[in-house]
Amino acid sequence: MSRILFVMTHSPGTINAQEGFDALLMGSAFANCSALFLGQGLYQLINSQNREPIGGKNYTLGFAALHDYGVQNIYGSRSQLEDTILSPDDFCINVELLADDKVNRLFDSHDTILTF
Amino acid sequence: MKFAILIHGAPYSHQASRSGYLFTRAALAMGHEIYRVFFYHDGVYNANQSSVAPQDEADIQNEWATLGKEHQLDMVICISSSLRRGMLDATEAERYEKTGISVSPQFNVSGLGQLIDAGINADRLITFGA
Repeated sequence: MSRILFVMTHSPGTINAQEGFDALLMGSAFANCSALFLGQGLYQLINSQNREPIGGKNYTLGFAALHDYGVQNIYGSRSQLEDTILSPDDFCINVELLADDKVNRLFDSHDTILTF
Repeated sequence: MKFAILIHGAPYSHQASRSGYLFTRAALAMGHEIYRVFFYHDGVYNANQSSVAPQDEADIQNEWATLGKEHQLDMVICISSSLRRGMLDATEAERYEKTGISVSPQFNVSGLGQLIDAGINADRLITFGA
């Protein structure tokens, strides 16, 4: 089965983030999918966010269902998390934090990379 | 080489669309195959048939449509991205009772499965992001 890595690089207020998640769900039906959160994308993982008062959709509630969709591997960049004020305790799902060299290896170990 | 092309950017707003077009044209000129061009996010605006380019600028949407016609390219715009941006073909305009058809007939309105399929079946998927 083809291995696809979805790289999430946009903050949760962007359409790239929301439509990226849509693509991840679709991909999980056809391929072995992993997700990698980098940079601003790490903010998508914040547990206590509510976008409804500003006219947004709380699509990140769907992250909890990723396991059921067969997306077992969810990664984040450890070094880029340290550049933020966030910690893993702020996240809504379990994320495996990787050192930079392991992030690079992740790109090599997948057949297709989709960046959102 | 069998390429799939993914365009994330709207014409004129970002370089993504134009660079993707030039890459696709160059790949075809060199004898490569284009498995599919998939337009996502604001990239769906590249299918807008109502756009009018300034006389001294590239006619980006029209050139995509022309390239697609010349080479019989499978050019797909994501349906969920398209609907929320008012990009409707005849079928969707009728379904949602909207006036006006904005999608050029050279483009197909279809689902995200077409993107995943392109990622799996092409030798290389090249993303032009925004």
